[in-house]
Amino acid sequence: MLARRTKSNLCRGWQIALLVFWSVSALRAAEADATPGHGTNIFSPASTPAKSIFDLSVFVLAITGIIFLVVFGLLLYSVVRFRGRAADGGREPAQVYGSMQIELAWTIIPILIVVVLFLATARVIHAVQDAPEPAGALDVIAIGHQYWWEFRYPKLGIVTANELHIPVSDHDHPTPTFLQLLSVDTDHSFWVPELAGKTDLIPNHPNRLWMDPQRTGIFLGQCAQYCGVQHAKMLLRVSVDGPEDFASWVHAQQKPAAEDAGAIAGRRVFERNACMNCHAVGGTSADGRFGPDLTHLMSRATIAAGAAENTHDNLRLWIQNPSAIKPGSLMPAMKLSDADLDAVVNYMETLH
Amino acid sequence: MSSNVIPVPVGQTEARPWVDELHQWLTTVDHKRLGILYIASALLFLMIGGVEALIIRIQLMHSHNNFVSPEVFNRMFTMHGTTMIFFVAMPVLFGFANYLVPLMIGARDMAFPRLNAFSFWLSFLGGLLLYFSFLGGSGLYGAGNAPDVGWWSYAPLGARAFSPGHSSDYWTLALLVSGFGSIGTAINIIATILCLRCPGMKLNRMPLLVWMNLVMAGMVLLAITPLSAAQIMLLIDRYLGGHFFDTQAGGSAVLWMHFFWIFGHPEVYILIIPCFAFMSEIIPVFSRKPIFGYPVMVAATVCIAFVSMSVWAHHMFTIGMNSYANSFFTLTTMAVGVPTGIKIFNWIGTIWGGRIQFKTAMLFSIGFLFQFLIAGLTGIMMAASPFDWQLSLSYFVVAHFHYVIVGGILFALFGAFYYWYPKMTGRMLGERLGKWHFWLFLIGFHLTFDVMHIPGILGMPRRIYTYESGRGWDTLNFIISIGAFIQALAILVFVANLVISYFKGARAGNDPWDAWTLEWSISSPPPAYNFATVPTVASRRPLWDLKHPEDPDSRYE
Repeated sequence: MLARRTKSNLCRGWQIALLVFWSVSALRAAEADATPGHGTNIFSPASTPAKSIFDLSVFVLAITGIIFLVVFGLLLYSVVRFRGRAADGGREPAQVYGSMQIELAWTIIPILIVVVLFLATARVIHAVQDAPEPAGALDVIAIGHQYWWEFRYPKLGIVTANELHIPVSDHDHPTPTFLQLLSVDTDHSFWVPELAGKTDLIPNHPNRLWMDPQRTGIFLGQCAQYCGVQHAKMLLRVSVDGPEDFASWVHAQQKPAAEDAGAIAGRRVFERNACMNCHAVGGTSADGRFGPDLTHLMSRATIAAGAAENTHDNLRLWIQNPSAIKPGSLMPAMKLSDADLDAVVNYMETLH
Repeated sequence: MSSNVIPVPVGQTEARPWVDELHQWLTTVDHKRLGILYIASALLFLMIGGVEALIIRIQLMHSHNNFVSPEVFNRMFTMHGTTMIFFVAMPVLFGFANYLVPLMIGARDMAFPRLNAFSFWLSFLGGLLLYFSFLGGSGLYGAGNAPDVGWWSYAPLGARAFSPGHSSDYWTLALLVSGFGSIGTAINIIATILCLRCPGMKLNRMPLLVWMNLVMAGMVLLAITPLSAAQIMLLIDRYLGGHFFDTQAGGSAVLWMHFFWIFGHPEVYILIIPCFAFMSEIIPVFSRKPIFGYPVMVAATVCIAFVSMSVWAHHMFTIGMNSYANSFFTLTTMAVGVPTGIKIFNWIGTIWGGRIQFKTAMLFSIGFLFQFLIAGLTGIMMAASPFDWQLSLSYFVVAHFHYVIVGGILFALFGAFYYWYPKMTGRMLGERLGKWHFWLFLIGFHLTFDVMHIPGILGMPRRIYTYESGRGWDTLNFIISIGAFIQALAILVFVANLVISYFKGARAGNDPWDAWTLEWSISSPPPAYNFATVPTVASRRPLWDLKHPEDPDSRYE
């Protein structure tokens, strides 16, 4: 009997040791896996809304951590202290039915904690959600499609896809970006963890999201609301540019598509086939809206909503057989001849 | 007491041919047999849902894995969620309620035995209908497939435009049919508890298990009905040209979310309250003390039921509700933590000063307490809606609700299995294999679900069939998958234990745990009529009074 008891205590000790070990080693493993600078960690915020959320989460973690330690300690103590002993000789312990004073104590204290947590939370809800849009803000309309993102800059006359460019914002000259979130088909969710919490894109239900990144760089994210077969490969890239870089990006995007005499054959293939039913190329007769705008395709680092890098081979594979990269994508396999395929890829590569 | 037995005439005790036996099981209206049928069908679906979980975990073991296609993966997580909630958790809890409630209140059966059988067969056939979708999903054109719209089937993904064929109709019909079964059982439980209590069993003398099942049944009536209504509206959309959720014709996707979650959140409490009930019976017996603060436990349960009816939109913090709505649901969600906390404190109060016997049932109960504490605290984190804007729809949420459902509900259920198996079969459920089961499952559980919080914090959304490397998710997902296999191994040990103990377990006798509620006063397994003479009780622990005539509870209540 005694030996057994010691064993189960020992096991519980083991359990705790293992728990600590797991959490530490798991965090280590995660650090080793991550590519530096391209994180999606909610605990390294780079803009005001994400920072407000981070501050709140530290507060909530601290309070829940204290509750955890106290209750866990109490529970552990009572399980160890009040284990049955051989010396008890089968006698029953004192039969205690309850105590109103104790019940009141452990009702009122949690209520007070809830009040504090609620007030702290309500403040952040208001600060993030009800923030007014300043005059210098950039407006972007983000439209969710099965399985890609359309970005429209109504005041700048730019339409692009999957890779959002926004200016960096600093405290003295804030240039936040305000996104209007729409969807043309199913529900999606815009989530770039280091810039802001997620907000859903729901058909018939426009939403708003804002961010004011404090540092430049590429920020990754992806669709967070299950939207169909290829929900997993609906990735997001946000490029936060310095003021000059952003201005030159805008300038380049506002131009119509580059005309290259060498690519005229490819352009013919593009316009003769179904490509132009879904895709637009600015300044040409292609004005489809079902798929991403290709006017400045070469300015983007990825294709297929981040599923592949924008290289010659990937582009060719994507046009020939989209399922090889993204099975379930709504882009059809175009079944072009090799000559037509080469021509159209050649044309795509002139769209800087 | 009614420990006496009605003598069975010689000749009736001979073994019947198996066809007769099968016929008896299929046509039974006995609450004990129906309880066991509920539990057995839930175990069957647990195996199936478990295999689906393993397929999900193999696929996610490393980035860009090609074990299954995205279509199959999406079907797997849809079927896994739907199966585990509707065809494992609810039936197994209804099974225990069916079996135990009449025994604990000194009744000879449920109030409506035929409704009881009807409800069980509706629920079970609902499950079969769901799985028939693998064969008949696409109707006449195509090889058939299962629903792939997620277990909450958000509009407009469930509309005909995005879910053609019949796969999601099987989902709708399965939930509708089994939902009617649930409503029938809920009515039955309420009627039984209110009308069939034995003499002396006033409401404030009912065992806590009975109280909590009464509250659970009331919640089923309030929660399943909007779900059924929504399913009918979805069918109207899909087949009769309705536009409730058809966003292309001006319908509302958000309306579906409200309908679903006003069912979906109370559902969590429908599942956890019966588990609170198991804890409130098992912990006192193995601590050798009465439950601490009986009236407060009852009040806290009723309070949870009321508050949990107004927390549903905390599943919708990311859909763009205004700041007042977000604040309201933050407050109600945090508030529901107060009565839940009171319960944990009362269980600690019960253990305090007791003499704990570490039987397997008690080990699972202690596991429940530790894990439910953590699950509750991560729940508080997500109740803080801005924090939820980051955590929602990520693997953090998946870890949180599995902490509730596996770490809480399943652990409590295993405790209940080890505690009441002797009553149901007349044999003890093996302690040695039980310890193996407990430790293996505990290690597997923590390996999987402790680690699973971290990829969520690192930005990994749920329901993705594959992921990019370089986000820090690879190693974590590998560890999570290893844990899943350890849990599967533990479940196999459990099933082996169930089978072996049925044939070779030690004889249980009437009262193997020296317990205090009425079911332990009769033979194991109980006779069909339960009590030869209807018992009379004078306190909350009738068997304590019987065993300690010098110091009965009735003196203090």
